[in-house]
Amino acid sequence: MTRFLTTKNVTLLVLILLVALSPLLFPSGFYYRVGALIFVNAIAVTGIVILTGYAGQISLGHAGFAGIGAYACALAPVHFGLHPALAIFLGAGISAVLAYLVGRPILRLQGYYLGVATLGFGILVSMVLNNERDLTRGPDGIEVPELGLRAVLKSIGVDLTNGEFWYFFCGICLVFGAWLALNLFNSPSGRALRALHGSEVAARTVGVDVAAMKLKAFVISAVYASVSGSLLALQNKFITPDVAGFMHSIEMVTMAVLGGVGSVLGAIFGAAILTLLPQVLTVFAEYEQLVLGLVMMLVMIFLREGLLPSILRKFKGRGE
Amino acid sequence: MPELLQFLFSGVTVGAVYALVALGFTLIYNASDVVNFAQGEFVMLGGMITWAAYAAGVPLPLAALLAIVGTAAFGVAINKFAIEPARGAPVVSLIIITIGASIFIQGGAQLIFDKQIHTFPAFSGDAPLRIGGATILPQSLWVIGGAVVVFISLWLFFTRTLLGRAVLATSNNRMAAQLVGINTNFVMALSFALSAAIGALAGVLATPITLTAYSVGIGFALKGFAGAMLGGMGDPKGALVGGFLIGLIEALTAGYLSSQYKDAAAFIVILLVLFFMPQGLFGAKKTDRV
Amino acid sequence: MRHTLTVTMLAAFTAFVPAAEALAQVKIGASISATGPAAYLGDPEAKTLRMLVEELNASGGVNGEQIELVFYDDSGDPNKARTFATRLIEDDEVSAIIGGTTTGTSMSILAVAEDSEVPFISLAGAIDIIQPVKTYTFKTPHTDRMACEKIFEDMRKRGYKKIGMISGTDGFGASMQAQCKSVIANYGIEIVADETYDPKDSDMTAQLTKIKGAGDVQAVLNPGFGQGPSIVTRNYKQLAIGLPFYQSHGVASDGFISLAGKDAAEGVRLPGTALLVADLLSDEDPQKAAVIAYKTAFEEKTKEPVGTFGGYANDAFLILMDSIRRAGSSEPAAIRDAIEATSGLAGTTGIYTFSATDHLGLDLSAFRMLEIKGGKWSLVE
Repeated sequence: MTRFLTTKNVTLLVLILLVALSPLLFPSGFYYRVGALIFVNAIAVTGIVILTGYAGQISLGHAGFAGIGAYACALAPVHFGLHPALAIFLGAGISAVLAYLVGRPILRLQGYYLGVATLGFGILVSMVLNNERDLTRGPDGIEVPELGLRAVLKSIGVDLTNGEFWYFFCGICLVFGAWLALNLFNSPSGRALRALHGSEVAARTVGVDVAAMKLKAFVISAVYASVSGSLLALQNKFITPDVAGFMHSIEMVTMAVLGGVGSVLGAIFGAAILTLLPQVLTVFAEYEQLVLGLVMMLVMIFLREGLLPSILRKFKGRGE
Repeated sequence: MPELLQFLFSGVTVGAVYALVALGFTLIYNASDVVNFAQGEFVMLGGMITWAAYAAGVPLPLAALLAIVGTAAFGVAINKFAIEPARGAPVVSLIIITIGASIFIQGGAQLIFDKQIHTFPAFSGDAPLRIGGATILPQSLWVIGGAVVVFISLWLFFTRTLLGRAVLATSNNRMAAQLVGINTNFVMALSFALSAAIGALAGVLATPITLTAYSVGIGFALKGFAGAMLGGMGDPKGALVGGFLIGLIEALTAGYLSSQYKDAAAFIVILLVLFFMPQGLFGAKKTDRV
Repeated sequence: MRHTLTVTMLAAFTAFVPAAEALAQVKIGASISATGPAAYLGDPEAKTLRMLVEELNASGGVNGEQIELVFYDDSGDPNKARTFATRLIEDDEVSAIIGGTTTGTSMSILAVAEDSEVPFISLAGAIDIIQPVKTYTFKTPHTDRMACEKIFEDMRKRGYKKIGMISGTDGFGASMQAQCKSVIANYGIEIVADETYDPKDSDMTAQLTKIKGAGDVQAVLNPGFGQGPSIVTRNYKQLAIGLPFYQSHGVASDGFISLAGKDAAEGVRLPGTALLVADLLSDEDPQKAAVIAYKTAFEEKTKEPVGTFGGYANDAFLILMDSIRRAGSSEPAAIRDAIEATSGLAGTTGIYTFSATDHLGLDLSAFRMLEIKGGKWSLVE
């Protein structure tokens, strides 16, 4: 029995239960929407866990990949006649290639320099999306075609509302993405990533191809961000260039770090908190930024590993 | 030719603001190894506090002084409550903390001031000066002059005064500095106060040109940060040069290439510099103990 | 420590649960960008709505019922706007929605409103919101295309054939830039210089220098909103360009004059609504009553000068209340039909007459060509 209760299996089990059972508590259809948003954000954040949690690299521009994924779904069906579902893969492919090309020179940098380089990349992507009005319809945004999967399900007898469909679809994607990430963690690649996080020199000494591993983490996390962007665009049926903006990049990193960047479940927890915050604070919307800033500072100062690990520790009874 | 001159004036004006912000970044980075993303908020506070005081009837010079001193106090508070407790945290955490501080300050500014755009009168009037067929505002000269004066003062401070050398010593090796009797806590507080004051000064000088609102901080922070990186993080002359360079690149790109992508030009240059000269223009090559 | 956590989580949960219903109420919803990059627009809109609801409730409400305004701040984020729209419809169960300060947020909200068949009155400018016409979506501000047309009409009258444009790259500026380009040929005018600036920029002298150097420019137009146009106007004066300068309706507020400075703003023309020249309106002007009423109430309540954006919210509320009265019910479908039947309703922005094919309800006459003289608004001819 204990062999079954590995971190990976527990995480997946908790996730599956969360996705499947939460709807029983939903008072109205609105909660499906919030849930779907949490899952979409969590997918992007899982990518950040791989990049920052496993491999220890910083990216302040990952929303650029989300933007690519989102606009691939908006533009490919119109310009290439590609089905929106395939556009998700197209977006992921483009993001992967771009991550590979950009990553090779960028990942030689460290710390703040890596931060500013990724920042620059993210800003360039969002600038292109914003300025190329002829292609992307510019800052006012562009409509995204219907995915069509709900209609297919309806034809085989499964009738879901729009909210319900997206909730479960994103939930399933998240579980799948989490499963991949957890597999990666325990694989030789994952161990190599964690090694280089600890010390690049030491990792190199034991034969880890540090540059290749960093690039791998960067590319994989870019794909996660891209899929997240695609799902958001398809769900909203509308997307604007701020999906690729600096604030969105910061949001992604904050969610990961707040919840606990070392673990997939922690990052998902962080995504949930930040997604729920504006919904909870509605009466105090004026104070939202104040509260958000305060939360970011307090958690990072006092609960450095993130909220989830600290909460788990309290519940397990062990002291700090 | 007059067009080129106009572009240069434009670039040097915004460049001076970026340079001041970059100097602020550098000061704090040197003192504590932290890149303070809330630096832009100091600029915002400098402008907003001055406006608020001026609108309430305080004479402009006094309002400006109030803003600078107030923001410096704020900088010290940020050090004490946000940075010091997080000593030794990984870079990602520090980034989130200072960005959190930035968001917190913006949130507070919205509530204490308001969400509208504001300005106050230029110090020596609005009549533009004509030089070689191009025009420059007197306020621009204040900003550029301010950046140069701050830089020179810092240089004198670090090289000629005991306190300045204490700051350098602390940034070099904190433990050693403590061992020779330097009050490193005071030095840290001082660095933050100075950095915040410089940011606020930038805000005070620039507002008659750039206008101010609760949300202007982040734009300055990004460009100033980029300038400091370009020049080589940690070197004040790098910050000065980097800031001015970014301003010039922007203006020249807008003038000769495309006004749409002028921000892109600055970031592309930074990326290129970082690829080929990872330590920036003036930065020392880093060596890490293994 | 354990308890604190549980209590906090419970508290958070209760914040989530909607407040208990009071007496019979008409529930309307609002998703407005009171914070974020469009706060400059959204803040007066939010204040206006709250003020009007308070006023109306104090004088007995509508159809004998009190109005409950469920207000959310989407910070200019279309994703959040969509979430709040969903919340308003599915959780708060409102009968109608006013909001969408920006085009992006409006497009997101209308997608939800159309799906759920709830009437939505948008406060944003882009023509795409009501063209093609969507069943449940209406809007109160003039379209950016109309602003262009009004400006070009004036330019044609003054004999300009070649102009320069400098536009903000934000949604408002970019959209208006595109609309202007699409209609300009109809007025026999040509764009010979076309520059842009980022809304957060602090210096546009480079772009203006290029326009100045384009030689045969006769007038310049600046589509944009927020601080950009103020800075452009100051730079314009600094460079002593001397050509006639047109702004957009995005800066139709006293704030613009004080930010740009009386000197720099002298002679600037823009298409504005009657709200800015309330005191200059003749007593027979059908809009005068609505304009004076709103201006007095807003300026007294907020101690801030009135601007067109708050006016959009005012008009949306007027239209909605008028429709609810005529419909005699708070059923979304009935309200929608009543809105579409609105005819000759005088608001601060213009006189509204909707139809099945026109969900804007305004024409060019609602726009007045204004010129800034001596730091004050004046009507052109």
